[in-house]
Amino acid sequence: MTQSTAIARATLLDAPGLSETHLARVMDRLLSRQVDAADIYFQYSRLESWVLEDGIIRDGSHGIEQGAGIRAISGDKTGFAYTDSLALPKLLDAAGAARAIAQAGQHGAQAIADGDTPTALYAPVNPLESLSEAEKLDLLRRADAEARAADPRVRQVIASLVAAHDIILVMDNSGQISGDVRPLVRMNVQVIVEHDGKREQGSAGGGARQGLDFFISEERALGYAREAVRQALVNLDAVAAPAGMLPVVLAPGWPGVLLHEAVGHGLEGDFNRKGTSAFAGRIGEQVASSLCTVVDDGTLPDRRGSLTIDDEGTASQYNVLIENGLLKGYMQDKMNARLMGVAATGNGRRESYAHLPMPRMTNTYMLPGQHKPDEIIASVKNGLYAVNFGGGQVDITSGKFVFSANEAYLIEDGKVTRPVKGATLIGNGPDVMTQVSMVGDDLELDSGVGTCGKEGQSVPVGVGQPTLKIDQLTVGGTAA
Amino acid sequence: MSETEQISQLARIVEDLLHEARHLGADAAEAGVSTQTGLSVTVRLGETETIEHTSDNGLGITVYFGQRKGSASTTDLRDAAVRETVAAACRIARHTSEDPAAGLADAALMARDVPDLDLFHPWELDADTAAEIARGCEDAARSVDPRISNSEGATLYTQRSSFIYGNTHGFVDGYPTTRHSLSCAVIAQEGEEMQRDYWYDSSRVPAGLSSPEVIGRTAAERALARLHGRKLGTRECPVLFRADVAPSLLRSLFGAIRGQAVYRKSTFLLDRVGEKIFPEWVAISEDPRKPRGQASAPFDNEGVATGYREIVSHGTLQGYLLDSYAARKLGLTSTGNAGGVRNAAIESSGQSFDMLLRDMGRGVLITELMGQGTNLVTGDYSRGAAGFWVENGEIQYPIEEITVAGNLNEMFSGLVAVGNDDDIPGSTRTGSWLFERMTIGGD
Repeated sequence: MTQSTAIARATLLDAPGLSETHLARVMDRLLSRQVDAADIYFQYSRLESWVLEDGIIRDGSHGIEQGAGIRAISGDKTGFAYTDSLALPKLLDAAGAARAIAQAGQHGAQAIADGDTPTALYAPVNPLESLSEAEKLDLLRRADAEARAADPRVRQVIASLVAAHDIILVMDNSGQISGDVRPLVRMNVQVIVEHDGKREQGSAGGGARQGLDFFISEERALGYAREAVRQALVNLDAVAAPAGMLPVVLAPGWPGVLLHEAVGHGLEGDFNRKGTSAFAGRIGEQVASSLCTVVDDGTLPDRRGSLTIDDEGTASQYNVLIENGLLKGYMQDKMNARLMGVAATGNGRRESYAHLPMPRMTNTYMLPGQHKPDEIIASVKNGLYAVNFGGGQVDITSGKFVFSANEAYLIEDGKVTRPVKGATLIGNGPDVMTQVSMVGDDLELDSGVGTCGKEGQSVPVGVGQPTLKIDQLTVGGTAA
Repeated sequence: MSETEQISQLARIVEDLLHEARHLGADAAEAGVSTQTGLSVTVRLGETETIEHTSDNGLGITVYFGQRKGSASTTDLRDAAVRETVAAACRIARHTSEDPAAGLADAALMARDVPDLDLFHPWELDADTAAEIARGCEDAARSVDPRISNSEGATLYTQRSSFIYGNTHGFVDGYPTTRHSLSCAVIAQEGEEMQRDYWYDSSRVPAGLSSPEVIGRTAAERALARLHGRKLGTRECPVLFRADVAPSLLRSLFGAIRGQAVYRKSTFLLDRVGEKIFPEWVAISEDPRKPRGQASAPFDNEGVATGYREIVSHGTLQGYLLDSYAARKLGLTSTGNAGGVRNAAIESSGQSFDMLLRDMGRGVLITELMGQGTNLVTGDYSRGAAGFWVENGEIQYPIEEITVAGNLNEMFSGLVAVGNDDDIPGSTRTGSWLFERMTIGGD
């Protein structure tokens, strides 16, 4: 048994007084002849956040979330119920409600055993206790001071610090039990600058599956403050962005949100099983230029999108989605993998016990290529260099996706020149990837800030890419 | 347990919480508790796909020690977790700063009368009946045209909730509510091209929902209308935002006049109260006590009485949207907007949708917006979009993969017309919005 599983058993079974016999009774209640798969998911979460504004610690909050989600699957039909109580009678009630998806029948109990025990990708720490309260607040105050010292035009600083301690335990119908302890920390600094009556904002941050000391090491908190100010000041000078089709060079790191939207969602197993994705039925086909190799990798130590095991107990993996432009595979949870006759890929994720798992991304990035970033920019006569982005969105059926640049520059005669105002970029996923004509040798991952939404469920994710050149992409500025 | 019993049980929890907070030394406290149960059934391609029984509890407490504040919440309403939660809020408050703006809303603003707004109409529905209704909805969509080749299914969702809010001014009140919705999303296909679209309705009252057939048929017609979408050349031209996407423009307005954005000076509408931000004919209001309203509430999230209010009249901004914190930061009084705007509406300038198309003549009808792309500090607006090309006042063909850009300040002040086509689902009442000129990014 791993240390994480031991902690999870102690917290989620021993503490509320649940034994393996109890679990077997709940599973028995859940199973019937028509049930192909079932699981019981226990969760215990504590969340703490602090907000600094106007130079004072304005707000702090503490949250408790715990409960169990119980699911029965028959073919492609799912029954689901959950309870915020870990008491046996409530679990049995939920099991009774969830199994109603299938007709009643009989099923023998399974021997309960520990599931796969992959090496933990992060330490089972409680980040709420990783720093003293004084140290936590000092981080925010130092970030505030750093931002204000960076430039006299800074008018407002809002800094926030969030720590989450998430313990999960999942038992499936084969009797396998797997547990995980998932620390997650996030810090953000937002500034408002003002000059000659003109105001702009900038924001920067990061995070990891570690303790809060992550923000002290390498002076990360101060770095976020300086970066937020730099961004806001750049935007003060921004001119109207161009409108229309242009060559676009994307900076390394967070602009990888392009991959997340343009191809990531379209390669999730559920949409492809149902045939609703623009990528459905295209395994083996050329869906990107031969320079593109895209992976979803849940196995990077300490990263925000990483998971030692997914929410169904499957070890996360390094999954190649696109290799040299050819579509290699989809991201799968157990149900969609079974229905498509392939193996689960460790992408079964859920926001909490009160949500159903589905195929989701972990850390999605493109492998580096041959070109120097300077060469890539020098190759563009007139275009856009996009350095930082807000969020994105995709329609997986038509393939249309958008992402919004909040720091971008014109490229004129092979040189980066004036900053332009934020603009939305729009394209078609399967087309845009064939337009990738240069890939840099400078792969970077984002700083640990991504949250992905799908069907109302949010999960932490990572993205990354090297500098990329896309020959033609529609840019939504106002300068026609 | 009946809703009446549930409400009094929740009220006891709130009173205990406030008492416990006082006992731990808090000078003031406020708490909210809610419990919700529901059933969600999805039918896809004629078969029941998921049956989901939802059951959510939530409790949140904020304590004030002098003017230091601490908050905590839990989804677990058992005694041990509730006590841990109160203790956590008190612990947090030992570390936050003295903040002159912190505290409960003023006692004088508490709702004195709490009218019954007729928000509770439970639907006694089993999973089989729910599946039947959803199936009828999806069937209606799939039978519109053979090009409706696939489906994401139809979902019927019904929920009932009870909640109580209380604070140490002695205000403790709450009520039960219901919400029911039916949605359908289908895919139209021709050759290699696939287009998805959806439709839905929601209501406090089961009988208030549009018929399953109308929802299904609308979803199918919307998906079919998108087939053979073309790109459009980059240009400046008039733009009509169809009524069902227009609420996002009102949300941008409300985001820019939220108290928090104002005291942070992070809005393009800073210091504009009393000024014309729209043309003379524009009137925008909220009606929080509308009977059966989808966003109705007799008091806001701090117990402050709500009431009908003109936010913009004769084109002039009448005030900000304030909770008590933002109000104190600005030296103003709460407007009962803790928790947002409720049942917003913009008055029509009188034209039908067809008249607006004729008034526009030649331009773009926007029927879908994608991405964030709204900078409320500067008002810069740039979003992904899809819709239709209009010439001679008539829809010509669908367009897709375009951007629509401008500045909200100029868009608002140059608003040409708002249609009377305000029959859209949701709590916001608006018709389509016509703008003189925006930038369309295309090929």
